[in-house]
Amino acid sequence: MRTRLHVNGEAREVEHEPQETLLSLLRYRLGLTGSKEGCGEGECGACTVFVDGAPVVSCLVLAAQCEGAQVTTIEGLGRGHPDGLHPVQRAFIETGAVQCGFCIPGIIMAAADAIEREPDADRESLRRLVAGNLCRCTGYTKILDAIELARARARSGGPPCSTK
Amino acid sequence: MSQRTLELGFSGHSEERRVEVPPDAPPPWDLRSDLKVAGKPHPRLEARLKVTGAARYTADQRLPGMIFAGAVRSPHAHARVRRLDLSRAKKLPGVLYSEAYPQREVRYAGQAVAALAAESEQVLDDALALVEVDYEVLPHVVRTEDALAEDAPAVAGRRNVRQGRGMRRGSLRRVEEAHARADVVLTREYRTQVQTHTCLEPHGSVARWEGDRLTVWASTQATFAFRQTLARALGISAAQVEVITEHMGGGFGSKFGADAWDVFAARAARATGRPCFFMLDRRAEHLVAGNRPDSIQRCTFSVRRDGKLLGAQVTSHGTAGLGRGAGVLNPAIYAFEATYSDQYDVLTHAGSARAFRAPRHPQGVFALEGMLDELAEAIGMDPLELRRKNDPHPVRQAQYDVGAEAIGWSRRKPSGSSPGPLKRGLGVAAARWAHNARPGTAVRCRIGRDGSVLVANGSQDIGTGTRTILAQIVAEELGLPLAAVEVRLGRTRDPYGHGSGGSVTAPSIAPPARRAAYACRQRLLAAVAAALGCEAESLSLREGRVHGAERELSFAAACGLLPTESIEATATGGPEDMSYPSFTREVAGVQFAEVEVDAELGTVRVVKVVAVQDCGLVANPLLARSQINGGVLQGISYALHEERILDARTGDMLNANLLDYKILGAREVPEIVAIPFSVANGRTSTGMSSLGEPPTVPTAGAVANAVANAIGARVRSLPITPEKVLAAIAEAERTRRASDGEKKKKKKKRIF
Repeated sequence: MRTRLHVNGEAREVEHEPQETLLSLLRYRLGLTGSKEGCGEGECGACTVFVDGAPVVSCLVLAAQCEGAQVTTIEGLGRGHPDGLHPVQRAFIETGAVQCGFCIPGIIMAAADAIEREPDADRESLRRLVAGNLCRCTGYTKILDAIELARARARSGGPPCSTK
Repeated sequence: MSQRTLELGFSGHSEERRVEVPPDAPPPWDLRSDLKVAGKPHPRLEARLKVTGAARYTADQRLPGMIFAGAVRSPHAHARVRRLDLSRAKKLPGVLYSEAYPQREVRYAGQAVAALAAESEQVLDDALALVEVDYEVLPHVVRTEDALAEDAPAVAGRRNVRQGRGMRRGSLRRVEEAHARADVVLTREYRTQVQTHTCLEPHGSVARWEGDRLTVWASTQATFAFRQTLARALGISAAQVEVITEHMGGGFGSKFGADAWDVFAARAARATGRPCFFMLDRRAEHLVAGNRPDSIQRCTFSVRRDGKLLGAQVTSHGTAGLGRGAGVLNPAIYAFEATYSDQYDVLTHAGSARAFRAPRHPQGVFALEGMLDELAEAIGMDPLELRRKNDPHPVRQAQYDVGAEAIGWSRRKPSGSSPGPLKRGLGVAAARWAHNARPGTAVRCRIGRDGSVLVANGSQDIGTGTRTILAQIVAEELGLPLAAVEVRLGRTRDPYGHGSGGSVTAPSIAPPARRAAYACRQRLLAAVAAALGCEAESLSLREGRVHGAERELSFAAACGLLPTESIEATATGGPEDMSYPSFTREVAGVQFAEVEVDAELGTVRVVKVVAVQDCGLVANPLLARSQINGGVLQGISYALHEERILDARTGDMLNANLLDYKILGAREVPEIVAIPFSVANGRTSTGMSSLGEPPTVPTAGAVANAVANAIGARVRSLPITPEKVLAAIAEAERTRRASDGEKKKKKKKRIF
């Protein structure tokens, strides 16, 4: 079957199997392999992308459900930002929030959404907002530090975090 | 040989030592070394690739014509395969290759009975469902204590209980003599659970043949061992195989070689002439890709009233499934007068264990540190004081002070005295590890006439930051900024490197990297000296420039003077780099935990962990903190949540996913104060110590001790679930009432 959608601002028309997931469409059909498959069951969050501005675990969304949708993946998150890096991405680099990095694309998507949706969230609330994403390496400490750093910069007149 | 005097040790505790430095090697770094790039907190080199999704992991390979593979796995823990029929599956259009494994019996749930490769993942799923297997279910045993029973089904051979070489240590007679001299002798049983590695990136590989040459992209923590095991399984020479691991999503000990699925992918690719992709799903990850064995540890420890530890005796039983290696590291760390340990593997119908971050250590230290606290309680001594009295390691003695200050140990109240339903407690535990710098890693350094610097090694960056550390070492030696050095890792055509196990990688790769850069530096300066007509000894290389007595020039201009297109040196870590006398014999660490226990619900919240960890000379504080944070995370997760649950009735795993197999998430992670503790041990030319594993060793012990301090009752079994907390509180309550009753009776007797 065929689905038409926008991925990272580009109009795409993709031929795929009826039972194929959005994650599979992104990774196999479009070669956008930044979104990872850690479990395929919606539990680890490594495949998080935005569909029409809302974060979803793309392994649980059928590609066919995305007809006409605006999809943003980790590859498109930094579009329009200085040096192609969203403030959250930049903060993850600087604070050393990345280790093996497999969970990181999903966590960055969830974090970018969190600080835009709840810009005043305290650290405890931020924990809740990224609780759907599992990480096995980092201890989350620096991930939370990075999100707070990005948010503080956005507040103090830095580049806006909006991406959607 | 040249003589050097090094200042070794740590801040406030150092000594001078004379060493002989071989002629072609740089002198070891010590406390006086004024390092500019090494030891500094540089963000990891590949961070940008990882935050933008551009970093390519194994499953990200997209090769033209690629096919997909998967396995049919037994749902039974023990069964005879009466019939195995692939004919319907093979008839499905798009199924390209298959193998049947018609073994007589399957011996664990998850064991593969057949594997298929197909055009697409969708066809593969359909085809796997068409494989027909008729099982005759046989009696199984999946729990350690069930397998110990006289009438338990035999798993392999006649007896389920085995004792391997080296699993009985020490002297029982001497321990019994020590116990006889003690004021307090306690016998307790501690238990730990089976933990699965749960790497976010599953195991697997992508295989492609070109003629008789095989390229494999693999998620492995040992590219060279992977190449060797795969070549052997395929009956080809390792020289025909290239293994590529550019980035990998975690291993923790479970990814040391080519597995059955990797061999299948290579065979399917050879048979079909198309690249083949085989990654495990999450269920298979839990069932077949390794785990940390469980343990039942019966401990008898003794102490004198003044706090001198006397005897420690441990008998442990644990299961590594069908595999071996369920021993625990216990007793260790403290200076007992006598120790004796007697350890047994118990075979069960379950997937084999594999090395898991600090094998044997967290389980042993959990029991050891629990026993120490119980002894301290019995003699009325502060638990930290008991450790200080019996810990022979000079670094840990200093770390106790640092950690106690950071956690606020002076706030600690007597166990069980915290009022109200939310009870706070503090606990402490110690870590040990070996200085694992292994000879044999080779690093090539090349300086181009264009000023480029390339460092290459064929081993992998498991996520610890090897790439960045290599660049820092070479940049330091060449007096360059970090950005001037390019690093290539993860291709077996480059020089040999060890697997990332035993925390060997950074300590083993840094010395040869430094010596290769040192050799290039000497040759570059010789070329510059020849061009300028001066002595090479009068030149130095720092801040990106070559400095001479009369003039200086940029690094790039200096490279332009090279007589050849490039200069290159390969150094292999060996005696000239890594066998200096060491300041300490072991890597030391200490952790303190603060918890809050809801005594009505039984829930435990870890509030704060302070982790003071000996890093040798810190390679990069940013990366070092990450290692410590990650070790603590896995330790808390092990202490409170993780447990592989095998159903005694069916033998299958009840929680083979990421929802029911609970690992610590962002909501539960406490404040972690990671304190990299720098020690110039002088053992290698770069001074870095093993860091990957030790930070996860003491965490569960520290958390468990904090819980006991909070509630005044001890949970001697991991994970510390609400159910166990409530049971421990109730048990303590009963004991207290009974002893109160006794006291009252005695009082009455006296009155009358």
